[in-house]
Amino acid sequence: MTSVQGLGTYGMQRYGINPRGAMDRFAARVANILVGNPETDPVLEAYFPGPEIEFTKAVRFALTGADFAAHLDGSPLPNWSAVSARSGQVLDLRQKISGACAYLAIEGGIEISNIDEPVNSARRLSKGTKLVQCRKDGSSGPRSRLLLSHSICPRYGVAPRVRAVEGAEFSELGPNSVRAFGKSVFTVTNDSNRMGYRLSGPPLNAVTNTEMLSAAVTFGTIQLLPDGQLIVLMADHQTSGGYPRVANVITADLPLLAQLSSNDSVSFEIVDLEVAEAALAQIESDIARLRVAVELHG
Amino acid sequence: MSFTPARIFPLGDSALTVEFGSVMSDELNAAAIRLEEMVAADPFPGFVESVPAIASTTVFYDPVIVRARSAAAVSAFLTVHDHMMGLTEKLERTSPVNDEPAIEIPVNFSPDVALDLDLIASHCGLAPGDVIDRFVSATYRVFMLGFLPGFAYLGTVEEAIAVPRKNAPRLRVPAGSVGIAGRQTGVYPLESPGGWQIIGRTDIDMLAGKAGSPCLLKPGDAVRFIPV
Repeated sequence: MTSVQGLGTYGMQRYGINPRGAMDRFAARVANILVGNPETDPVLEAYFPGPEIEFTKAVRFALTGADFAAHLDGSPLPNWSAVSARSGQVLDLRQKISGACAYLAIEGGIEISNIDEPVNSARRLSKGTKLVQCRKDGSSGPRSRLLLSHSICPRYGVAPRVRAVEGAEFSELGPNSVRAFGKSVFTVTNDSNRMGYRLSGPPLNAVTNTEMLSAAVTFGTIQLLPDGQLIVLMADHQTSGGYPRVANVITADLPLLAQLSSNDSVSFEIVDLEVAEAALAQIESDIARLRVAVELHG
Repeated sequence: MSFTPARIFPLGDSALTVEFGSVMSDELNAAAIRLEEMVAADPFPGFVESVPAIASTTVFYDPVIVRARSAAAVSAFLTVHDHMMGLTEKLERTSPVNDEPAIEIPVNFSPDVALDLDLIASHCGLAPGDVIDRFVSATYRVFMLGFLPGFAYLGTVEEAIAVPRKNAPRLRVPAGSVGIAGRQTGVYPLESPGGWQIIGRTDIDMLAGKAGSPCLLKPGDAVRFIPV
């Protein structure tokens, strides 16, 4: 499945309309930065098997996120890099090596041509979809290859330890469930998609079992289902829910979750809000430095 | 007399919720709607959006901007927390008034679409016909929109037919399905996974909005279900 994604459109959750946007916003932002775009430009988000793309004009592009063994006209391309394609060249993704979703940014931004956007349009690609640049003013002359240092990337893996802050109903977990939440390894089940990941692990239980009023939830909210299993809400999450909110994955660690596939696993570590805010500030600072470095590189 | 929130809690590191209580009441709902209007009308630096719910209001913010723009060396959460506390102190207790006529929603209760009617009836110890009679006799209030585009949470369902959500949500609930979850009811505007107990189905388009809104209902509206 491949779709066009931005960083989410906020302001409509009051109508039950989710912001949507890229699952791995770090990878989406970096892809845009590597080609000199504003971070908010639309990018392609591809789940394996991704698309084969023919360039109909010379353009600079970047690949980030999952490593799908990208090749341009048969030559392998490194991930987390920006290169220039000539008109007629073909990009294909050959093998799922690591991660779940790959991002492709095109200089000038990318959009589906003739896009017709109803309330819940998924902006999905199908065979034959034509893509256009959002802005034509981007200079697309050949420039040198740019490769990102992996030291600024989140520590992606198939079994990440993900940080979370306590949710509104965390204190309703019994002591055994609190311990199990922090010490267990949870498996991402097949019932997982852009809306949420259903996890499989030791059943947890809440001390109180009152019917809750529905209230807002968000990307990263971990809810306790009545059968004792957890669901983590992802980019296409519902805007509200009525299950106990055990915890919320910190924004800085959402990319680690985004790059998980079915049968991968995850564990959780409760941290203070100050840690969550500091981690986010660090990412913003890293991204700001990256932007300057790319601009200097030219 | 002003409102005191029951609690203010973080919803992750980029949102917080001001909760007025844990019961469905017109008064708490009116407070949540009013607080949301107040924060949206005069947004603070770093404000992203605000969402009114049944008895709470959630504010989304960018913690990096909030911290950069705040004079005090405290967390973004505390800065937004204090801002919201200040607004709730200005919140007047007003009795919610709605002069507009109830919006009527036609519902088909036949067995092929009332997927859980028999289950609701046996859970409540009532005949299916009695469940329907009780369900359509009330006028409901729109307490919030959420969960899905245009999904309105309506209340209050009579205690005798207030059946809890399913233990494991259905993976596909058909569009137009009318469901009960405790003392709440609502209409699925789109096919979706969902845990509400399905009592019937409507053909009405819940995403046919007016006056700039993308959906039929808005918080505070009155609604009646009409059997067809």
